[in-house]
Amino acid sequence: MKFAKDQSPGHKKFQKLPPRLLLKGGAIVDPGLALNETADILIENGKIEALGRVDASGFDGEVADIAGKIVSPGWIDMHVHLREPGREDEETIESGSLAAANGGFTAVCCMPNTTPAIDSQEIIQYIKDRARDSLVNIFPIAAITKNREGKELAEILDLVEQGAVAISDDGNPLMSAEIMRRALEYSKMANIPVIGHEEESTMTANGHMNEGFVSTCLGIEGIPSVAEDIMIARDIMLAEYCGGRFHVAHIATRKGVDLVRQAKARGIAVTAEATPHHFSLTDEAVRGYDTNAKMKPPLRSDDDVQAIIEGLQDGAIDAIATDHAPHSWEEKAQEFIYAPFGIVGLETALGLSLARLLHPAKLDLNALIKKFTVSPYKILGLKAPMIQKGETANMTIFDLQAEWKFIEANSLSKSSNSPFLGWSFQGKPFAVINNDRFFISIL
Amino acid sequence: MLKSRHLLGLDGMEKQEIQLILDTARSFREILDRPIKRVPTLQGKTVVNLFYEPSTRTRISFELAEKRMSADIINFTPGASSVKKGESLIDTVKNIEAMKIDMVVVRHSSPGAAHLLARVMDANILNAGDGGHEHPTQALLDMMTIREKFGRLEGLTIGLIGDISHSRVAMSNIFGLKAMGARVILCGPPTLIPREIERLGVEVSHHIDEVIPRVDVLNILRLQLERQKSGLFPSLREYHNYFGITRERLEKASKPVLIMHPGPMNRGLEISSYVADSEHSVILEQVTNGIALRMAVLYLLAGGKSEIR
Repeated sequence: MKFAKDQSPGHKKFQKLPPRLLLKGGAIVDPGLALNETADILIENGKIEALGRVDASGFDGEVADIAGKIVSPGWIDMHVHLREPGREDEETIESGSLAAANGGFTAVCCMPNTTPAIDSQEIIQYIKDRARDSLVNIFPIAAITKNREGKELAEILDLVEQGAVAISDDGNPLMSAEIMRRALEYSKMANIPVIGHEEESTMTANGHMNEGFVSTCLGIEGIPSVAEDIMIARDIMLAEYCGGRFHVAHIATRKGVDLVRQAKARGIAVTAEATPHHFSLTDEAVRGYDTNAKMKPPLRSDDDVQAIIEGLQDGAIDAIATDHAPHSWEEKAQEFIYAPFGIVGLETALGLSLARLLHPAKLDLNALIKKFTVSPYKILGLKAPMIQKGETANMTIFDLQAEWKFIEANSLSKSSNSPFLGWSFQGKPFAVINNDRFFISIL
Repeated sequence: MLKSRHLLGLDGMEKQEIQLILDTARSFREILDRPIKRVPTLQGKTVVNLFYEPSTRTRISFELAEKRMSADIINFTPGASSVKKGESLIDTVKNIEAMKIDMVVVRHSSPGAAHLLARVMDANILNAGDGGHEHPTQALLDMMTIREKFGRLEGLTIGLIGDISHSRVAMSNIFGLKAMGARVILCGPPTLIPREIERLGVEVSHHIDEVIPRVDVLNILRLQLERQKSGLFPSLREYHNYFGITRERLEKASKPVLIMHPGPMNRGLEISSYVADSEHSVILEQVTNGIALRMAVLYLLAGGKSEIR
């Protein structure tokens, strides 16, 4: 058992781009533009000025040789808990942004389960103010209901006008089908997705891990997969009945993936995301009572893991998002049933996705990048960054070969509640560029 | 010697180790009938009984076992102590360990609590019940009692009756009995049987009258009355009618069945008084054996070899 890490990100800061920067020899993969070629990129004052073969002789700006590295449009993680305001001891907008950049993201959506919750224009404004000088774009997701209580709709139109890109009561399942129906209907005016944390809570109240053979052996009360399936089915039916856009957060069951696939085939506006931990680990990881293997939805069976990978392959699952959920060491270093749910994920998403999807040839590079760029941006109704002349330079540069180990000292999150500490990966984030700033990953 | 420095559970424990514990317990059992019931085996060792959950018989049984072995004993129940002040389990046990103790007997409502202690402490950890997970000394004393009566465990059929879902006694019995080559039949309403338990190599039945003729032993689990409140079965009356072990039920079987119960009993609910007090009941022998068994475990964890004089 380790003791709490030093919680200061220290000297790590986003740095300003030089006025003229030439990236030499990167392999550009932009699924949105169907671009797949090795080319130099000239960035001037934060904008892409030229693309192709740029002669470096006589160039008076800075030159960075990134031959052999992949250059992708900047990645977005559409499911992150930044904990500010309220739990700044676990994460702040600043530390979360640094962790995101360190993991290869240039944008995150922050979930509204803060204290106070993101259910007012003031809180959205506060987040925007705090994120002003960040490399990482922060897109707030507002609460569906006031104070996330599941009772009365929040002022959804006002929240969207202020900058909310979606609504969700994430962390709390929305048990009232009536409120969910009204949220789907009302949100049509703002054309934003309603993101569901799918959990039938009367069935999960005492549960701490997936219900199955492992929970039986460990004597831990279970969270049945059917409690997730029921809610996905309910909300698909509601979306079919009254319209609106329904997005399934952190989908984790085979039946859930099937339901989304069938709904898409029927033409219902439903989308889904999966987390790297749900396609990388099963409930076997809970053996030994590791509280860093405790999250919601819980790690499920091997069959569910296969189903998530299949869903990512055939498009039933649109996006990969981490559900980055920082918790203090003190809270996680408790008895299993007292420890909170959730793990950090921003800095391991790329490594796990390469390990579980790209290297075993489940997804090709183009399809993988899509899950972190074009698809989530489309779900959110936002313009995805593009590697094209005249666009803001918003890009993720990574390596497919470099071997590295995820260790606490190289993490920039304020929390280190990860089951992947000590894991070795092949392929790592190298750098991100956005908002006229850059950051070299220290992973 | 045992492979582990701790006794956290019977999951994964091998037959030879269980056999060693049971054999050692048998030699300790004789001490309990001596006029001077004390051996100096653990003299100078300090054992902390850390009971985060209320317990009468298990705590007394451990305490007596420790006293019979001449250990120094500290009893710690969180009622009037640091827990109420918000101290974490890890800090509490680190503080206790800093006082230079040798062994910790722990009971806690969280599954895995004993495992957590084993990760952070140097002392030997003895699990006296962790939530709905395991209660290894109870299962060991149950096996000791069965072996005493039948001379073996292998080939016997043991019925575990009642709330399997929330029973650490059942789980430890299943792991231990399977390792020893016994057959196990679980019997209770489906709402009290955990998912996929068959994968542990046990049979599941919901009809007690079909189970009784097939078993050598009935180990009747205590029914926690709050389970009815949480909707897992309709009423105590119906439970008794369909799963209560009564004289009438037993008399239908062609051969006598050994009756066990880990206690405390709900007389008239899961077991009738007649059955509890019948000649085939070994419920009180279980209690006596519990002390010998716990002496054996303490002894082996402290580094003792198999033979004791």
